[in-house]
Amino acid sequence: MNVANPEGYTTPDGRRIGGVLMEMKNITLRFGGVNAITNISFDIRDGEIRAIIGPNGAGKSSMLNVISGFYVPQEGEVWFKGYKRGPMKPYQVARLGIARTFQNIALFDGMSVLDNIMTGRLTMMKSGLLGQAIWWGGAQREETENREKVEKIIDFLEIQNIRKTPVGRLPYGLKKRVELARALAAEPKLLLLDEPMAGMNVEEKEDMSRFILDVNDEFGTTIALIEHDMGVVMDLSDRVVVMDYGKKIGDGTPDEVRNNQDVIDAYLGVSHD
Amino acid sequence: MFYREAGDFKTSYVEDSQTFPIRFDRWRYYAVVILAVAVVPFFINDYWANAVFVPFLIYAIAAIGLNILTGYCGQVSLGTGGFMAVGAYACYKLMTAFPDVSILIHVLLAGGITAGVGVLFGLPSLRIKGFYLAVATLAAQFFLVWLFNKVPWFYNYSASGQISAPERSVLGVAVTGASATASAKYLFCLAILFVLAWLARNLTRGTVGRKWMAIRDMDIAAEIIGVNPLTTKLSAFAVSSFFVGVAGALFFSVYLGAVEVGEAFGIQKSFLILFMIIIGGLGSIFGSFAGAAFLVLLPVLLKNVLVGQLGWATDLAAHVELMIVGALIVVFLIAEPHGMAQLWRLAKEKLRLWPFPH
Ligand SMILES: Nc1ncnc2c1ncn2[C@@H]1O[C@H](COP(=O)(O)OP(=O)(O)OP(=O)(O)O)[C@@H](O)[C@H]1O
Ligand SMILES: [Mg+2]
Repeated sequence: MNVANPEGYTTPDGRRIGGVLMEMKNITLRFGGVNAITNISFDIRDGEIRAIIGPNGAGKSSMLNVISGFYVPQEGEVWFKGYKRGPMKPYQVARLGIARTFQNIALFDGMSVLDNIMTGRLTMMKSGLLGQAIWWGGAQREETENREKVEKIIDFLEIQNIRKTPVGRLPYGLKKRVELARALAAEPKLLLLDEPMAGMNVEEKEDMSRFILDVNDEFGTTIALIEHDMGVVMDLSDRVVVMDYGKKIGDGTPDEVRNNQDVIDAYLGVSHD
Repeated sequence: MFYREAGDFKTSYVEDSQTFPIRFDRWRYYAVVILAVAVVPFFINDYWANAVFVPFLIYAIAAIGLNILTGYCGQVSLGTGGFMAVGAYACYKLMTAFPDVSILIHVLLAGGITAGVGVLFGLPSLRIKGFYLAVATLAAQFFLVWLFNKVPWFYNYSASGQISAPERSVLGVAVTGASATASAKYLFCLAILFVLAWLARNLTRGTVGRKWMAIRDMDIAAEIIGVNPLTTKLSAFAVSSFFVGVAGALFFSVYLGAVEVGEAFGIQKSFLILFMIIIGGLGSIFGSFAGAAFLVLLPVLLKNVLVGQLGWATDLAAHVELMIVGALIVVFLIAEPHGMAQLWRLAKEKLRLWPFPH
């Protein structure tokens, strides 16, 4: 397996990974005097599950925020589907087919589970204000069509019984699942997951891992995820980027990364000179 | 007869997303509509029309409007009185400039003009939120009232500085002016409220409503799913102001007939309508009705009971009213931000499970 092949590669379990979907080139992000990200480059291949790991404060979430347009890096380029991306607002990035979940769940607490997931399809719903107001023809048809798609995702993530529950009343683990559902509803090309399993018990983690693998497998969605649980990372991901203090200290297959001396040092807390 | 959805299966998503999914609710809704259209007009007299029905219908329109902006989209506004004034003055200018055009068109155009003004004053909402936005809309309130007082063109240079509605009719029946009957005024406002409430219901259950609520609940997350905060907030300002403008136009032309802007559309009006949606329920069309009904009926009730029956002084009764409203606002804000509409929902939920609560 040659993961550096620009045409793509085949994983040990036989999945075919394509060419470069997203490429970060020499990204540097500063907050005042703090370098959250220092000159980092890496790519994400089509169909891949790519993990970003690193100790607390390494800059992982900042990297996802750069990808999704919340932060604009001072230096570097973001390439998506072979084009260099200009400065973009988050809602414009969403329309490119990039969906995400947040480290601290960001759902709409006042709305039902169903409505939350339906919001994931907003970019695909085109009927205008007037059409909506009279709720005739287009608007109603569109609502029904999108509802059907959303119901498939509800079935897929096994949350049928909480469909009409206000999100604010759900326990933590289910909220994480609903947030994933909302992201999936957008049928994204690239799905960004910021610690999708944080704070879950073993059983919930297993469920979530299964969902992530199924999403990748059934919908062909490319996934970039941040995760602290090493076991999960090693099981799920095809390739791993390791960050520490805003720098990239490792990049490769789980096995390569595991045996990388810099990575071992970072995790064992060996002091930097 | 049990209040239940069991046995009332939905076989399509259209049925599942209808306004009254439970059959009993649907029947009650039809009953209210029939009562409002076929019974009330025959019994209504000037007292009931002026004290209760017409103000209720108009305030309900304004409350739905403010609820769209504040309850659904989360943008607090203290400028409702000022926007009602825009609707009133737009309607007045149109009525006097184009006497041959139907009053219905004028009222709707007045709403449209108010929508435009609302969008203009909504622009700052992109940068400022919460308390600061409330202050900005408060500034709009004072500016608009000042403007209509200051520029004689708006009141056609009349000596009194007031505007007064000439007689206009719909389908040959006068709805404004001295000779308009109680039932004509009532039916005219009822028809407009009926249509506008239906439009509001449609807007809030679909894509547009979800965008508004997404911005309200968490604007960062809304952006990440592709909601453009600028156009979404401005659409809420536009739709909300349209409703408020129509309410202002009706308040002037049908209800009061003659208006002095500071008196009819001052800051008290902004607070009155804000209180209606807080007590009735933020983010609920039904709540807008409930809040409007409550705050229109409360003073009438207190006046009849305290002044009429118990012989209290009028100003004392007015103070009692203020205290009741103040206490309710505090209670609802702290204990039940979704207002009477939520209490009603909870009661229904209990009823749905009765007599077996589990
Ligand atoms: N908006 C911001 N303003 C200022 N500093 C920030 C901001 N966002 C992140 N940082 C800083 O950037 C650095 C990296 O933060 P980031 O959240 O990306 O880390 P992380 O790797 O996701 O950590 P964790 O595992 O704890 O989630 C930290 O030092 C953080 O304080
Ligand atoms: Mg993080």
